[in-house]
Amino acid sequence: MQSMMRASPAAVALGQTMQKRPVTSNAEDPAQILVKQRLNRPVSPHLTIYRPQIGWIGSSLHRISGVALSGSLYLWATAYLASPALGWHLESASMVAAMGALPLAAKVFLKATLALPFTYHSFNGLRHLMWDLGRGLSNNVIIKSGWTVVGLSVTSALALAFL
Amino acid sequence: MASLRTTARLFAASRPLFRPASFARSYATVEAKSVDPVPSDNPNMKTFKVYRWNPDTPTEKPTMQSYQLDLNKTGPMMLDALIRIKNELDPTLTFRRSCREGICGSCAMNIDGVNTLACLCRIPTDTAKESRIYPLPHTYVVKDLVPDLTLFYKQYKSIKPYLQRDTPTADGLENRQSPADRKKLDGLYECILCACCSTSCPSYWWNSEEYLGPAILLQSYRWLVDSRDEKTAERKAALDNSMSVYRCHTILNCTRTCPKGLNPGRAIAETKKILAA
Repeated sequence: MQSMMRASPAAVALGQTMQKRPVTSNAEDPAQILVKQRLNRPVSPHLTIYRPQIGWIGSSLHRISGVALSGSLYLWATAYLASPALGWHLESASMVAAMGALPLAAKVFLKATLALPFTYHSFNGLRHLMWDLGRGLSNNVIIKSGWTVVGLSVTSALALAFL
Repeated sequence: MASLRTTARLFAASRPLFRPASFARSYATVEAKSVDPVPSDNPNMKTFKVYRWNPDTPTEKPTMQSYQLDLNKTGPMMLDALIRIKNELDPTLTFRRSCREGICGSCAMNIDGVNTLACLCRIPTDTAKESRIYPLPHTYVVKDLVPDLTLFYKQYKSIKPYLQRDTPTADGLENRQSPADRKKLDGLYECILCACCSTSCPSYWWNSEEYLGPAILLQSYRWLVDSRDEKTAERKAALDNSMSVYRCHTILNCTRTCPKGLNPGRAIAETKKILAA
């Protein structure tokens, strides 16, 4: 382009100058464009934008209730094991006495909080056993059985809480 | 002839001499609009919020851009809306599409929270509610609604999705199978590998490096149950590890979301049964 500007009109007319242009106007190495982009690519949104459905919400609750149940069992068992050394009173008689001293609402609330993860995990576990046999895997049954498990576990947890 | 050529060169070569700088060539740009340019007399406007990310400005965070379309002037499907946005509002909007009839799987994306094909998804007629459109979840975004499916295709290749057979047929003709054996492939061969199910699976979100995901496992099952295939033992051995299949925790988002009405969840359950047998 620069040489073109300096060329006299006569030289241009006689075809003595040739226009030269680089093949690409981009100084960047073309082979690196995609590589560089890949480093910067965002991960598209997932958990936060997926529509809440009984299937995956129920599944995550199954995992959470399982972790909570086994976690509290381990915690309780460890505390029970260590209680004589630490001077805690976790034996049945003192637990019964402590529970008996609580007001009714607190008793029901405490029992329901312990019962619900247990009943939900148990009923939903049956659903998983059914699936492992290859049954109940149509969309219709997945949704219905999911809500059935919710209903059963809530009512049975309340029944246990009011025992 | 020679003089002609010289004259032509004179004009062609001298053009830059007379052309003002403002005519310097650059890419065509069209200003993006957000509202339907030609609404009907009785417009039925709906807002579409679309995920945008541009690789040319990689440091800018992905954003949701709003577009408004008159549904009376738009086709019934989400793909019609997207194509209209691209044609009439914002030509920079990028998405994949091809067949517009649910057979190519290109326009797989997350629409109003579930993965589906834009061409098979009706626009909800409730105009009070906006529609939100994202790329397939937990994928690397190439641009806007275009996900990078390289890993997905690599995983598909890894299951050897073709007939493996050493013995020729007795009569040297086709590998025939009984109608009952053929029936086993129904509900499997229809899969178009759109990746809707795999990218709806939370297990695949967290373990895509090693877990094959529902779409690939459905394909893998399709070859496991094919009566003509002779490498069933090798196929089983390749799957028999803690990651390839057993990261499936029967969440069943795959079965719920499949735009073709197939059942990847059942295929995985049957695969597990075959592996356990």
